[in-house]
Amino acid sequence: MFGRIRTGIIKKMGIAAISLLTVAALFLGAAQAGAIDQFSGLKGDIRISGGTAHIPVMKEAAKQIMSANPEISISIAGGGSGVGIKQVGEGIVDIGNSGRAPSEAEKEKYGLKLFKWAIDGVGVAVNPGNPVTALTKAQLKDIYSGKITNWKDLGGSDAPITVYTRDASSGTRAVFWKKALGKGDIVSSANFVVSNGAMKTAIANDPNAIGYVSVGHMDVSVAGVSLDGVSPAIETVKSGEYTVARGLYSNTKGDPSGLTKLFIAYLLSPEGQQIVVQKGFVPVN
Amino acid sequence: MTRATQKAARIVFFLSAAASAMAAALVFGFLLVFGFPLIGGGEFFSLLTRPWSPGQGLYGFLPMITGTAAISFLSIVFAFPLSLGTVCFMGGLGPARISRLVDGFVRFMTGIPTVIYGFLGIFLLVPVVRTLFTSAGSGMCILSASLMLSLLVSPTMIIFFKDGFDSVDFRYIQAADALGADSVQRLIYVILPEAWPGIVTGVIMGLGRAMGDTLIALMIAGNAVHVPGSILDSARTLTSHIALVSASDYESLAFKSIFACGLTLYVLNALAVIAVRRLDGKRGQA
Repeated sequence: MFGRIRTGIIKKMGIAAISLLTVAALFLGAAQAGAIDQFSGLKGDIRISGGTAHIPVMKEAAKQIMSANPEISISIAGGGSGVGIKQVGEGIVDIGNSGRAPSEAEKEKYGLKLFKWAIDGVGVAVNPGNPVTALTKAQLKDIYSGKITNWKDLGGSDAPITVYTRDASSGTRAVFWKKALGKGDIVSSANFVVSNGAMKTAIANDPNAIGYVSVGHMDVSVAGVSLDGVSPAIETVKSGEYTVARGLYSNTKGDPSGLTKLFIAYLLSPEGQQIVVQKGFVPVN
Repeated sequence: MTRATQKAARIVFFLSAAASAMAAALVFGFLLVFGFPLIGGGEFFSLLTRPWSPGQGLYGFLPMITGTAAISFLSIVFAFPLSLGTVCFMGGLGPARISRLVDGFVRFMTGIPTVIYGFLGIFLLVPVVRTLFTSAGSGMCILSASLMLSLLVSPTMIIFFKDGFDSVDFRYIQAADALGADSVQRLIYVILPEAWPGIVTGVIMGLGRAMGDTLIALMIAGNAVHVPGSILDSARTLTSHIALVSASDYESLAFKSIFACGLTLYVLNALAVIAVRRLDGKRGQA
């Protein structure tokens, strides 16, 4: 009997969801009459890999395109900026994302074309339970180089600081290291995590953690720490006050063509830029 | 079967055996060729004893070797009593029906992907370790990784141990029964002394499995690049190191040093397999 009631409820919920979706689709259909229509009638696939900060936007863009045109399949993988640049350069993927501009050597070797479609800050983050909410750059450097090892020296509780960092392929790390640490040392006992998502999970679970994540990835599970009095937020990144920021790039080998070209045009179109805003990044157009 | 089909079958099987042997040899060759700039320059052995600090031009993997050793040995320390106990239970101490159930479950456990263990480790084990030991910091440490890894290697060890138990000559067991031995005496005085080659093989295979696993250590050992000072320290294994560095710039020295890292791992695992083979050979002669 319970089973029947439950299926009844599920059916009702299903119908409600479908009608909601239909309404949403109608609205969206009315609002969008641009870049996404370019995909109609086409089929094929687009392979994307690289920067993990890009993933929320990539996923949403892919969802929009694939639901408008089921004949197109878009695969998205992470790996980090280094992986994105390498894989697109070697023709393994169509688009390689990176959270830093590829180096001159990389551009020359692979003949890469860069498309910057958003600006993203890299914010210092701690566990939401941590009373420390502001640091100076000098303090941050001392934490990462291992000079300050206890939260009590920073006005927090008497607990050892656990430092988290990203691996060498991370564009987020590259920007953080250059602009927040001034290319300073990172202590060898620092824990390494492999993506922006993993960093957030680690910080959310560890009351004594300090790490850094893309501002677009920040949510209630972690607390942003203001640096020299400026908090890491979309507004401060946009105004240029918060300086630990970088462009988010999609790279192609040579000039893009076909679906890849349309995908990049979509990212830069008003609809694509809307997704960028929605996911917490600063649009470029 | 006709002679022709027999011949064809023999050729097909020979080719597939040759292909898999070739693949293993090719991997070794590949590692040698790519690692050669480091090995040939006499740099290889200094790599084994140096720290990792690409910023200062140091590409040694001493921290990773100690990390791998600590995590895999500790996981065997946890897994050994667990596995031996399970096999003793299945080998006569426990009721037959439950033993069969346990046996089925152990076989099922061999099929669980390691990422599941890593994932469970992050959400269930790491917070416990962190709250129990304040000096563990993040809770991502050798202890967490080796506890989780012991779950991964136990099924392997249990299967080899059971193999050893099953190979005990049934006449010995009958003789023990005839002398009035109870099931515990039979286990301690007859089965365990006879089954020890299987037990040693199981331990070595378990160690090989523990050294070769990547995801558990990558997800919950913390991956810090220093020589760990305690089991509550964050550590990086050779396998996680390869996973972490292989994503960086292909042209960098850091990337090239990875081949030497892979070679070290290959040699360690090969040594484990050779040790097992020698033991099996000895058992065959006895």
